[in-house]
Amino acid sequence: MHHHPPPARHSACAAACAAALVLAGAGCAAERDPNVYTVMNSSTDEPYHTWDQEAMDSCGERVGVEVRQLSVPADQLVPKALRMASSNALPDILSLDGSDLPQFAAAGGLVPLEDLGLSTEDLSEGALSIGSHGGEYYGAARAVNSLGLFYDADALAEAGVEPPRTWAELRTAAAELTGGGRYGLAISALATEDGVYQFLPWLWSNGGDERELDSPESVAALEFVASLVEEGSVSSSVVNWTQADVNDQFVAGNAAMMVNGPWQLPVLREHPELDWAVTEIPVPGAGDTSVAPIGGTTFTVPVNAQDPGRERVAAEIVACMTTPEAQLDWATKGSNVPVDPEAAEGYRAAVPELAPFVDQVRTARSRTEHAGTEWSTYSQAIGTAVQAALTGAASPREAMERAQARVEAELEGRS
Amino acid sequence: MTTAATAPRRPGDLAKWLFVAPAALYMLLFFGYPLVRNVVMSFQDYTFATYFTGEAPFNGLENWRAVLANELFGASLWHTLLFTVGSLAGQFGIGMALAVFFHRRFPLSGLMRSLLLLPWLIPMVVAGTVWRRILDQETGVLNEALQALRVTSAAVPWLSSPDVALLSVVLVNIWIGIPFNMVILYGGLQEIPAELREAAVLDGAGPLRNFFSVTLPLLRPVVTVVLVLGFMSTVKILDLILALTNGGPAHSTETLGTLTYQLSFLQLDFGQGAVVGNVLILVSMVFAVVYLRANRGGVAR
Repeated sequence: MHHHPPPARHSACAAACAAALVLAGAGCAAERDPNVYTVMNSSTDEPYHTWDQEAMDSCGERVGVEVRQLSVPADQLVPKALRMASSNALPDILSLDGSDLPQFAAAGGLVPLEDLGLSTEDLSEGALSIGSHGGEYYGAARAVNSLGLFYDADALAEAGVEPPRTWAELRTAAAELTGGGRYGLAISALATEDGVYQFLPWLWSNGGDERELDSPESVAALEFVASLVEEGSVSSSVVNWTQADVNDQFVAGNAAMMVNGPWQLPVLREHPELDWAVTEIPVPGAGDTSVAPIGGTTFTVPVNAQDPGRERVAAEIVACMTTPEAQLDWATKGSNVPVDPEAAEGYRAAVPELAPFVDQVRTARSRTEHAGTEWSTYSQAIGTAVQAALTGAASPREAMERAQARVEAELEGRS
Repeated sequence: MTTAATAPRRPGDLAKWLFVAPAALYMLLFFGYPLVRNVVMSFQDYTFATYFTGEAPFNGLENWRAVLANELFGASLWHTLLFTVGSLAGQFGIGMALAVFFHRRFPLSGLMRSLLLLPWLIPMVVAGTVWRRILDQETGVLNEALQALRVTSAAVPWLSSPDVALLSVVLVNIWIGIPFNMVILYGGLQEIPAELREAAVLDGAGPLRNFFSVTLPLLRPVVTVVLVLGFMSTVKILDLILALTNGGPAHSTETLGTLTYQLSFLQLDFGQGAVVGNVLILVSMVFAVVYLRANRGGVAR
């Protein structure tokens, strides 16, 4: 933590906290310096940490306070935030992944941003969907990401294959590009969020739905992915690949195409010999809309019961960090897509090679739009189904029927 | 163990208790409290909201019912059993063979013995990550070597097939566990007086007979320690599996450890996670008792 209360008080408080442990609740929050505001995020990697600090410094100057950054690894952010919440010591601003936001909001841990004077009028649908829960707007997104189909332009030209736009074209292209130790396509099919995120474009573009996993459309989506593995156009190792592994395989030339997100750009740029390009994820039939998941973090303002005045200042900082100009600046540096429509157009001009992501984001859906706080239940069921079908442990239909039954059982057990 | 004095009568007794106090306090605070807390938590509806409201209502046996009805729990229990038995058998068998092998000194035996310790020095997560690369179906070194040597015709899906993944994880864990078994058993072998075996040889015992009738019985206390310690570090396995397969593919390497992790930290259902954690503690405790009994027997002898 960056707070510096008087040492004696600090140790007394620490001792009390240790004794009372997790559930103690109120009373142990360190007194905060009125001119210092803390943002907790997961920008542990450089140069993101520095870029974030620059944005915070400039906004702090505008609002008239000092903004400090507390970065923890992405997978530890939620556990850490929970521990802080139990001792009423959440930071002034919490940068949350869109899929974690509903749980924090439902627990009453976040302040609706409209109550703090932020307007939702000019927000795009995507920005609103990723930052909302139960009709209230809690999180301001700066830039979002989605998935696209990256391809090795040289490999496609060599094989005389056009970038595929439909499932049928993808199947043929992937088969033709497979050979000589190279697979046509690489995807992540891990049972965790990486793999589930990557399955959603197939599910959603086909008219499938996480709430009806056993519908014919949902089953057909899994059948399509499983058939690619079965035909040998996709390696059966994908059940162990994270999205970073997928990128490594693509860079190493072990796959001619891959499904991945714009955040891989820094790695791809380290390999100028690779002539890659991006297109939207192929759709079931010509003319269908490609629906991919929208991902990214939002700035939220946790409830500060002891000093509600801080919430308002925190909201000012959030507003400053998510202006269209700030969005474009951040998106261009960090290879994500600004949520503001105008900033997105500016991005299209600034980073033309990633322009397809601007289109993809426009139609993208948030994972928690329907699932809300129960997303992890759906996610686990989908992850299990995908792995069962891809490893041949179950047919796609069986796998999806089991997933649906599991979701229903778990939701019922909770209500 | 000696019978303790019933009450501190002499001033020396107080000093004795003062010496015990820090350790006792430490145990209570850092072992007793979390254990009790974990048991209590398994009867509570302890979820995400608890961190904000501080409220975790008791819900009776609801968590236990949910976990026992979860088909993953049965599968995890079975995988944990297979993993533990397989790992221990492999680690102990190979560790013992190597210990006996190095017991007869030969040139460079010291150097080779220390090289064999390397797996022990590597952090589990690093070992897991490296092995994940080695075992990769397409680009892994192991498959390339096996195919070059014409041992297998097709690439073995070490980590990508639900049928093979658990075996692969066991093999990696055996590799990690061999040094520990070898070192402790080697130390035990050094303790056995050479005369005993020489006498057995004079009586006409062959090497096998010598090993099973003289060495092994004398090594019994050490063997118990190795097996029980090995059991306790194996049954709670988490990091290695997370690094290698993340419990997959299709939950084929899900163990009690990974299930607890999944329930508590991915689904954020700490009550159900605590249930699985308790089962794990219970299993470990049974073997801890076995260990203590075996040890006590050793001291009495």
